[in-house]
Amino acid sequence: MERSAVNPDAVGAPTTSAQASAAGPAVPAAAPVPLAETPSQRDVREAWEMKLRRRKLVRWIVSWLPHRLTILIRGLLRLQHLVVAKVRSRWHRSLQLRVVGTTLVISATMIAVLGFFLTEQIALGLQVNAENSARAQTLIELNTARGLLPSLFEQPTAQSADNFMTDAEKELQPNSNGTTPPYYAVMGFNANLLADNPGYVPWVTTSVAPAATLPPALINDVQQEQKADANSATSAGYLYYAPTTMTFTDGRPSESAIAFGTPVGEYYQLYLVFPLSQEQQTLQLVQTTLIGVGIALVALLAAIASLVTRWVVLPVRHAARAAQRVSAGRLEERMTVGGADDLGSLATSFNEMAASLQEKLRELEELSKAQRQFVSDVSHELRTPMTTIRMAAEVLFESREQLDPAAARSAELLQSQTERFEVLLADLLEISRHDANVATLDAEPADVCDIVRGSADDAQQLAERRGCRLEFRLPAQACVAEVDRRRVARILRNLLVNAVEHGEGKDVVVTVAGDSDAVAIAVRDHGVGLGPGEEQLVFERFWRADPARARTTGGTGLGLAIALEDARLHGGWLQAWGEPGRGSVFRLTVPREAGQPIAGSPLPLGPDEAEVVTSALEADMAGGGRG
Amino acid sequence: MKGRVLVVDDDAALAEMLGIVLRGEGFEPTFVADGDKAMEVFRDTRPDLVLLDLMLPGSDGIDVCRQIRGESGVPIVMLTAKTDTVDVVLGLESGADDYILKPFKSKELVARIRARLRRTDEPAPEMLQIGDVSIDVAGHSVKRNGETLSLTPLEFDLLVALARKPRQVFTREVLLEQVWGYRHAADTRLVNVHVQRLRAKIEKDPEHPEIVVTVRGVGYKAGPG
Repeated sequence: MERSAVNPDAVGAPTTSAQASAAGPAVPAAAPVPLAETPSQRDVREAWEMKLRRRKLVRWIVSWLPHRLTILIRGLLRLQHLVVAKVRSRWHRSLQLRVVGTTLVISATMIAVLGFFLTEQIALGLQVNAENSARAQTLIELNTARGLLPSLFEQPTAQSADNFMTDAEKELQPNSNGTTPPYYAVMGFNANLLADNPGYVPWVTTSVAPAATLPPALINDVQQEQKADANSATSAGYLYYAPTTMTFTDGRPSESAIAFGTPVGEYYQLYLVFPLSQEQQTLQLVQTTLIGVGIALVALLAAIASLVTRWVVLPVRHAARAAQRVSAGRLEERMTVGGADDLGSLATSFNEMAASLQEKLRELEELSKAQRQFVSDVSHELRTPMTTIRMAAEVLFESREQLDPAAARSAELLQSQTERFEVLLADLLEISRHDANVATLDAEPADVCDIVRGSADDAQQLAERRGCRLEFRLPAQACVAEVDRRRVARILRNLLVNAVEHGEGKDVVVTVAGDSDAVAIAVRDHGVGLGPGEEQLVFERFWRADPARARTTGGTGLGLAIALEDARLHGGWLQAWGEPGRGSVFRLTVPREAGQPIAGSPLPLGPDEAEVVTSALEADMAGGGRG
Repeated sequence: MKGRVLVVDDDAALAEMLGIVLRGEGFEPTFVADGDKAMEVFRDTRPDLVLLDLMLPGSDGIDVCRQIRGESGVPIVMLTAKTDTVDVVLGLESGADDYILKPFKSKELVARIRARLRRTDEPAPEMLQIGDVSIDVAGHSVKRNGETLSLTPLEFDLLVALARKPRQVFTREVLLEQVWGYRHAADTRLVNVHVQRLRAKIEKDPEHPEIVVTVRGVGYKAGPG
């Protein structure tokens, strides 16, 4: 062991690398190690190495710690944040938790305060009690000691003083018979005299270390009293006492106590030390009991609060759940009524509310059903006479040349108004079918571009009459979607006729685009546009942008309402954008697969970005260039 | 051109008006107002075409349609005030060749009737073969493995239109124009229903058709592959 320690090969190899990397001065110190190294040299070297190692460790910790500590603290903070957030959300959500938590905090605080005062009071009482009994005991013992006193005024010799003190101590020490005595007696000799008479014994006692146990202030007080006592030559029997810590000579653990002291005659002092272990045990017991009872009480209160809130909260939760179900449309949902208390009346009221709601809804449903049925029936019943009227009107119209001018004009009016009436009737029937939820979707895969081309023909004729141009921007590849061709074509016809009628002779642009789950058709006109809020109003039944123009333009006022219903039937959207003077955009978006929800439209609802940027003149030029 | 038209309609005014219009166009209309008597009159008059109101007292139009179709392949055009898919499809499935929605224009009605009667013009002799089905166009007969299949004139026309250009895909619109004579886009359910009726007669397994094949998203074509 010693050889290997002095061998430079054995020790040097691991250390030199550390030294070389750590500090310069280490090398010359370690290099010239003599073969016969003295123990002191070795100590120096080892201490040096130790120092180096420690420095390295410190450097490593210093470099590593802040980083790791930051991560750790950050992680802890995040965790705390998470936990706090979780607790907070639960706190806000659960009434029961709030009530229990509040009860817990309040009752714990109250019981803690109460317990504290109670303990204080008991401790005080115990102390007073102990002091009183100790004082009484001390007075008794003082009398006993005085009785033993040989002479009050004559200064005793060292021997007689020692004898007296030993006798008195023996007399005064209680007979404990092995159990803990109620007090310990200490006989002392007047310390003032002690300085002049070194031969005297200062203390006589058993098992108590007087100097450590008796507080100097107490001894001082007794000393003062003894002086006064000596001067007045009376024995008033003043007692002095102070709290102290008892120190035993026989190695027992020290304990707290009260020390009473009083002079006995001119030369002697009597001290009685009363251990407070009994009182302390009592206090301990009281404290333990109080804490235990307190905890039990708090737990009980929390449990009661929890139980009581549960009684209240559970029915409320039931009510909330039932209300949710009712609001979700399950009107037959009812609460179970238990008892006639507040909660029972809540359940009863809830059930009454649900019942009346159900009844009202049923009435409304029946009413609207009857209404729809009526409209539908009327539409159907009107159709047969309408057919006869129409055919008759046609026959009259065909032969109008043979009639006189008034009758001929009447035949013409009859013909045209019959047509108008018929369109209105058709629209009414269609909308009543949508209202009655009997409209069905005949969805099949179809190329939307094809439908657009098909619907364009009718609009083209109208557009020519109005002197506006229809422009189609269709994608090169087919836009296949599961649609009801008839309905999509009808929507388109409606949009195109609207665009041409309100387009003021300017270009109408139809754009088709598709993405992975939807296909969109946008019809853009550059006419009068829509006022604020009219984007919704246009889809209202019989709504007219300009009531004065209502009679001159065709249409029934139901076209867009039907178109909207048709779009909804597809699970699609029909939306409008418009600004006064900037024209409008109507965009139909339908899902590729019937019934699939659509997240967005492949086309924007509004003017093209190019339109926004370029001025009206440039737009006109660009339009000319395209044409 | 033969032009005997049986009008089955309970509405007297409409029936009379139909009579005026049909006579004006050179047809010979006969009338029956009661669905129960319709078959009797049908057998007596042997009309070239039946105009049938779907809403009839007694047995309704659908039943009359089935009864007539059970006896004859005569073209049937339904008059209906209903646009509900189920009603129209039910009428078509019960054997009507075409339907016309009230209120209609006289011209529209006449065009529909003419379109249904036109096919009586004599075609050139022609033999077509699709799969194991052979068609004698002039003889109005269709045979599968020598067994004659009974098709109505409309079903026959539909099959011939498809078979004349095998493997070419016909959209429903094109078929509506070629077979029904619609110039503008019309109800494509007509095609769907009649293709099903045709398949029920000529296909071995109508669930897995081999002669009239659906091309998803486009239309129909004749022949496999």
